[in-house]
Amino acid sequence: MSSASHAAPHAPTFPERVREATGESVFQCYQCGKCAAGCPLAAEMDYTPNQILRLLQLNLPEMEEEALRALSIWLCLTCETCAARCPQEVDIPKIMDHLRQESRRRGLVHPKAKDILAFYESLLASVRKGGRLHEVGLVASYKLKTGHLLQDVLLTPQLLQRGKLSLRPHKVADTDAVRRIFDRCDAAAPENKADHA
Amino acid sequence: MKLGYFPGCSLESSAREYNESLQAVAPLLDLELCEVPDWNCCGATAAHSLNHKLALALPARTLALAERAGFDELLVPCSACYSRLAATRRDLLANEALRQEITSIIELDYVGSTKVVSVVDVLGRAAPTIRAKASVPFLRKVACYYGCYLTRPASLTTCARPEDPQEMEAIVASAGATPLDWAFKIDCCGAALSVSRTATVAELAGRIVADAAERGAEALVVACPLCHTNLDLRRPAIERHRGVSYALPVLYITQLVGLALGLSERALGLHRHHVPVRFAPGAAAPAAAPKEN
Amino acid sequence: MPRIGVFICHCGENIGATVDAAAVAKAAGELPGVVHAVDYKYMCSDPGQNLIKEAIREKKLTGVVVGACSPRMHEPTFRRACAEAGLNAFLCEMANLREHCSWVHEKLPETTEKAIDLVRVMVEKVKRNRPLFPINVPITKTALVLGGGIAGIQAALDIANAGHPVVLVEREASIGGHMAQLSETFPTLDCSQCILTPRMVEVAQHPNIRLYTYSELESLEGFIGNFKAVIRKKARGIDEATCTGCGACIQKCPTKKIPSEFNAHLGHRTAIYVPFPQAVPNKPVIDRAHCTYYRTGKCKLCERVCPTKALRYDQEDLLVEVAVGAVVVATGYEVKGTDFFPEYGYGRYKDVITGLQFERLASASGPTLGAIRRPSDGQVPETVVFIACAGSRDPAKGLHYCSKICCMYTAKHAMLYKHKVHHGRPYVFYMDIRAGGKMYEEFVRRAIEEDQVSYIRGRVSRIYEKNGKLIVKGVDTLLNSRPVEIAADLVVLATAMVPQPDAEALAQKMKISYDGDRFLNEAHPKLRPVEMNTAGIFVAGACQAPKDIPETVAQASGAASKVIGLFSKDELSREPVVAVVNRTAPPLFSTCVGCFLCETACPYQAIEREEIKDRNGNVLKTVARVNQGVCQGCGTCVALCRSKSIDLQGFTNEQVFAELVAL
Repeated sequence: MSSASHAAPHAPTFPERVREATGESVFQCYQCGKCAAGCPLAAEMDYTPNQILRLLQLNLPEMEEEALRALSIWLCLTCETCAARCPQEVDIPKIMDHLRQESRRRGLVHPKAKDILAFYESLLASVRKGGRLHEVGLVASYKLKTGHLLQDVLLTPQLLQRGKLSLRPHKVADTDAVRRIFDRCDAAAPENKADHA
Repeated sequence: MKLGYFPGCSLESSAREYNESLQAVAPLLDLELCEVPDWNCCGATAAHSLNHKLALALPARTLALAERAGFDELLVPCSACYSRLAATRRDLLANEALRQEITSIIELDYVGSTKVVSVVDVLGRAAPTIRAKASVPFLRKVACYYGCYLTRPASLTTCARPEDPQEMEAIVASAGATPLDWAFKIDCCGAALSVSRTATVAELAGRIVADAAERGAEALVVACPLCHTNLDLRRPAIERHRGVSYALPVLYITQLVGLALGLSERALGLHRHHVPVRFAPGAAAPAAAPKEN
Repeated sequence: MPRIGVFICHCGENIGATVDAAAVAKAAGELPGVVHAVDYKYMCSDPGQNLIKEAIREKKLTGVVVGACSPRMHEPTFRRACAEAGLNAFLCEMANLREHCSWVHEKLPETTEKAIDLVRVMVEKVKRNRPLFPINVPITKTALVLGGGIAGIQAALDIANAGHPVVLVEREASIGGHMAQLSETFPTLDCSQCILTPRMVEVAQHPNIRLYTYSELESLEGFIGNFKAVIRKKARGIDEATCTGCGACIQKCPTKKIPSEFNAHLGHRTAIYVPFPQAVPNKPVIDRAHCTYYRTGKCKLCERVCPTKALRYDQEDLLVEVAVGAVVVATGYEVKGTDFFPEYGYGRYKDVITGLQFERLASASGPTLGAIRRPSDGQVPETVVFIACAGSRDPAKGLHYCSKICCMYTAKHAMLYKHKVHHGRPYVFYMDIRAGGKMYEEFVRRAIEEDQVSYIRGRVSRIYEKNGKLIVKGVDTLLNSRPVEIAADLVVLATAMVPQPDAEALAQKMKISYDGDRFLNEAHPKLRPVEMNTAGIFVAGACQAPKDIPETVAQASGAASKVIGLFSKDELSREPVVAVVNRTAPPLFSTCVGCFLCETACPYQAIEREEIKDRNGNVLKTVARVNQGVCQGCGTCVALCRSKSIDLQGFTNEQVFAELVAL
């Protein structure tokens, strides 16, 4: 009955690292599929949420990489429907957040997710600069990043006409304070800088 | 009643009519909105997708500023911002080491004394006042749309029945409207994919618009700028995607309440919508309408 | 001089791998008073026991300490061995070197040191042990059975057929329980009522069974062989002896729209009613909450039509006291309602029903006379979705366990539906199919292969209503986790089996233990499955854990055989670990001063008052005396006694202090 054999030190496995970062255990998932049944994007995903967890449950390096290369982790809207209904109470959105950061850190982002990532990066770049989101600036930066120069991203002319877009950004007074926050958070995760890949 | 107010970035631009209508309605309901000095962006989906610490630090700065200003409650009209701020408060209160780390990042102290509340929370409390002051009852059938963050995660929100919430229904009913029972009130509209995957949004938001229209709703009622963008501004994409055109306007719940309180369409920013706020004649006869108690 | 023998067991690897047993034996051998100390691989084996017996005889031991496992495991074994060698069994003590030492520590020198400490303590205790002798108490050979479902019926009949009187108590107006509600039973598809009702009649007619229906247990006191139960016979509002069960009152009752509990709220009943036509006894009760007379003071229509004048509106609850020697608890279960499921509509969709409701739809005696018609509009459903594990295996909803019967009854439901609606399309959403049991797997395969029930592996996320259909949003995890949407006419939730709502209150009333899900705890999960930890109380059926009819009946017969075994003796032998009040020579008689603080503290009412009289009958002194039949040896009185006049045999203050001093 000695537990000594279980205590041998070992490098943390990927599921253990997920648990360390999120507090969530992928082994709790019993593959009932209720998350996939309710996920608004399940039909568009290459792997449904339970399948992503399955890849992690296998604890094999190639499977873990497959999960990090998935488009699904970027399609996830964090709508929380899966977590709300999960009978095993797995906080899937939290795990998805971690997988996105890990995927970006290791340079495994799915090619079709580049636009989504570009949008997030543009948004944070805008916030880093002024403390608040400047929608016109965001759209311009997103267009430049993705090359979708003609995309009608925010129906801009109509918005301007209705007085909904301001060309001049609203900024916080203490822009330095916000910049320091970004710098410190980047320093905490240097390979995962918030606004540029 | 005095409330701390965090409008969030959208309410300064693409959702300025939400801000206008909320500001117009507030004094009629004895609410004094005091903007948090020098608030910043909550970081939205972008931050929690890319940098865990940043996703906590950005909301924490605003929370700390609100706390320093001495507010008991902080009103956050955007439900996505509401969720980020409420989640940050919960996480920092639950983990002392994390709280210390984040307070050192934001260079501000924070103990979590200010509670985060949504527009639905605040209007819900004011429902008796709305009912009493509704000089132009909004006698329309409406579909109340909650989206994600007003009901989920249930541990974060105040929603009593997260799978069939009734809080918005109670508010619109107090303004004279008839809330419909419908199927998509808590389904996701596509949220942050609005720009990067418009086709996805057309599908998700399309299901919502279609179900509301098919059940006879005369308006969709929302309490989130992102939901409004996807249901209103993205309407052309929805209509192209489904091959059907829908005249169904999308109202912020503050606009609906404002109309019932007798405020002008202009003051409430109705002219800023993409889908025109027009109703079939007949049903609404505001002046002669019987007033409910 | 004490002559103590110490025997250290390795328990194979269990102790031996962590504790140096030889070193423990060696250290024990050096303790004062110890004349013999050995270690052995399995002390509980025959050769191990012989080591003890031989040492007792050869070394003339006056006490034995066995350092081994928990005394709960093998104390009887070693005490028997000592007795066989001529040493009083209560001069043998165990030091628990396994649960208290080897299992909870690593292999370290300190672990062996702790084992030596544990042995030394028991050596000091056993030096002060006195020979004790078992206490004999008489047995009341009458059984109390709580619950008149199939478990209670089976247990009552088995005990009664063995010749012992049985008191059967049922809360509802009729016996029969849930089994009476079922349509047909898996895996044979025989009619549930057809096999049950003969047993119900047998109960009613059995000369050894006294049946109390519409009754509940009010209190239970006493101990094995000697319980005193008080039964509350709730007021039926009729005189059962006079009533002939003609049913005239039921036909005329003007209050007809009360949801019928027997029909799982799918049909109606009157205010004066029998739950179902085959009820035993076939005597109505008045539901006072709904009866017009009780609510308004006017009506009494039933009294006017009753040919035998059996109505008794002013009848009150009756408390009946019975003396019994054993109790069988068979109080059964209930199923979760559809309102337990927010994502499936909070119970607001009429056509989302529970499995139990489907049983009533499929039953020939049900509200639709066995036709499958949906509750909302009476239409025959063309597409029916069955959802397994509804609430079961769902920790988020607070229920971790598998309800065990749902896989089988869901297959049965789908099959019955298909047999009645040939063109119908049944779908079953499931996570696993658990069909362990005789002919069970074959039954499920038959549903899939012959009746073409579509089994879809995945949980359902949500149900909503649209255009008169129920949209079921599920998934097929066997098809790349593809979302599957089915527009159904009827949805049947195989909702979780849970204990009765008042299971906890009943368990506390009877002082029996229950688990976190409120199911009753058997004494040992493998080896004592029908006994409770409280001696003389037994358990049968789904109040212990979810189980199907065959298992329930088997457990009921098991419980009955335990009761019959107990009743096969005239007296019961008990361990003499009881409190005693000291007696001294006159004129003191006892150091007890007669304050009777012990009397108020005793949880078992075991303290009696004894008058000490002189030859002329004059009371000299009143002192406490412990009824050894009732005392459970808890020691509360010992702790409270201000004059230190009470001691617990086998655990005297002297023994316990000696143990502490030895540490």
